Amino acid sequence: MSVVSMILVIIVAFLAGMEGILDEFQFHQPLVACTLIGLVTGNLTAGIILGGTLQMMALGWANIGAAVAPDAALASVASAIILVLSGQGVKGVSTAIAVAIPLAVAGLFLTMICRTLAVPMVHFMDAAAEKGNMKAIEFWQLAAIAMQGLRIAIPAACLLVIPSEVVANFLNSMPAWLTDGMAIGGGMVVAVGYAMVINMMATAEVWPFFAIGFCLAAVSDLTLIALGAIGISIALVYLKLSEAAASGGGVGNGGTGDPLGDILDDYE
Amino acid sequence: MADRITLTKSDRMSVALRSTFLQGSWNYERMQNGGWCYAMIPAIKRLYKTEEDRIAALKRHLEFFNTHPYVASPILGVTLALEEEKANGATVEDSAINGVKVGMMGPIAGVGDPVFWFTVRPILGALGASLAMTGNILGPILFFVLWNIIRFGFMWYTQEFGYKVGTEITKDLSGGLLGKITKGASILGMFVLGALVDRWVSVSFTPVVSKVTLAEGAYIDWASITGDAAGIQNAITQYASGLALTPEKVTTLQDNLNTLIPGFAGLILTLICCKLLKKNVSPIMIIVALFVIGIVFHVIGLM
Repeated sequence: MSVVSMILVIIVAFLAGMEGILDEFQFHQPLVACTLIGLVTGNLTAGIILGGTLQMMALGWANIGAAVAPDAALASVASAIILVLSGQGVKGVSTAIAVAIPLAVAGLFLTMICRTLAVPMVHFMDAAAEKGNMKAIEFWQLAAIAMQGLRIAIPAACLLVIPSEVVANFLNSMPAWLTDGMAIGGGMVVAVGYAMVINMMATAEVWPFFAIGFCLAAVSDLTLIALGAIGISIALVYLKLSEAAASGGGVGNGGTGDPLGDILDDYE
Repeated sequence: MADRITLTKSDRMSVALRSTFLQGSWNYERMQNGGWCYAMIPAIKRLYKTEEDRIAALKRHLEFFNTHPYVASPILGVTLALEEEKANGATVEDSAINGVKVGMMGPIAGVGDPVFWFTVRPILGALGASLAMTGNILGPILFFVLWNIIRFGFMWYTQEFGYKVGTEITKDLSGGLLGKITKGASILGMFVLGALVDRWVSVSFTPVVSKVTLAEGAYIDWASITGDAAGIQNAITQYASGLALTPEKVTTLQDNLNTLIPGFAGLILTLICCKLLKKNVSPIMIIVALFVIGIVFHVIGLM
């Protein structure tokens, strides 16, 4: 890999690391990060396919409260680098993912370290606020973001300096039963991400919509866009009907007169 | 009041742009406080001219704060309106400003998570990923562009909305609208999840359940097929007319499960994961276990 490619990979890794905490532009999502690394190393197609495959697993991984999901940023960047170094192209996608998932789990540890290190940083902000020093507050905010970027950029740089033969030999030395088995496991891991999301949203009221979605998806003629359109329509119809039912019911439509309380009830 | 200080549109835009970095200094102690203060700085500069006012404002905005990063925007908008009132001499207590921030962040985060993380991202992600898996560059581009248009559009307009209606927003959002958006997103989200589970959770059992020898004439008699193009055409024609490829009909466990409904095994697996997560089994543990199961079952020939 040329020096320019390496620098670009590290920049992509830095962006992914920043986004892993900011969660704004989505550079840390496999679809974007793997494609970019594929692009800067001249493996665009393999990168896109890897990104798509890994994205399917990572759909439900989200930063919510205290819930822990594997680190999408590290998984994307590490698997893309491994894929490129292995030189296997599209064939190496499932192996690269199988190797990257344990790294993504390890990445959580780095995330925890960074979030702890950010505590003294906001104390520096407190001190700066005391003096009315806005520049210093801005500096520490940006320093904290840079720290999150390095969280992924440093491991990426380490992976890059490992000679590609070592990676290739390591991957080739893995017996077929292991890589095939990991690929099968990878197919099932998707379920964990979906389960996390389902647990966040599921109530008795919305389970039937899950069943409808599941059954309709078995009709392979329906594209995802078509399914999305059906979903939106069903949601709109349901909201309209329940509104009509509530107003038709006159007094006592379930409200306690305390709107906030009603919403909190809904979350139970 | 000719000398009323107001925030210009560019002040508000720079607050919105800075709020992109809201989670940058996310920490275990006060979570998004640093990013919040960072976002408020352009407004503080505009509104307060004396050193002590500025210090007080900076300290006020370094208090604990945590919500979904995008729905922080309407809260920022309301806070901007309150700070503007305060700077113009209205008696707005510090506790009132923090009360609005803390009061809004809980219920409103309840909108952000289902709408963005569980509806928009899975839908755009699955759309992009399904294109990308065929090597199509449009997949990632579509995902990235659409996501960021939706995201920044939402952030800017809800911040402006918050700023315009000021304190009114709290009442408005805790009324019917908030509940409706959340419910609509949950319905759509669950629907899409059902579809995704069917399409993308792949569990395949390979054990052969039965082997039935077919009657003669029900399968292609390969001995009579010649090796040239005409032979291939003949074979394909026979196959298309419903003849089997082999003299034996092999039914795997997977075939049987699929006759119930395609993707049934994936559904069961997903529901088991839901149960385990509810019992506070760490997702990481489940992922590791699934890899182990994949390898073991493959070695013993079950998958």
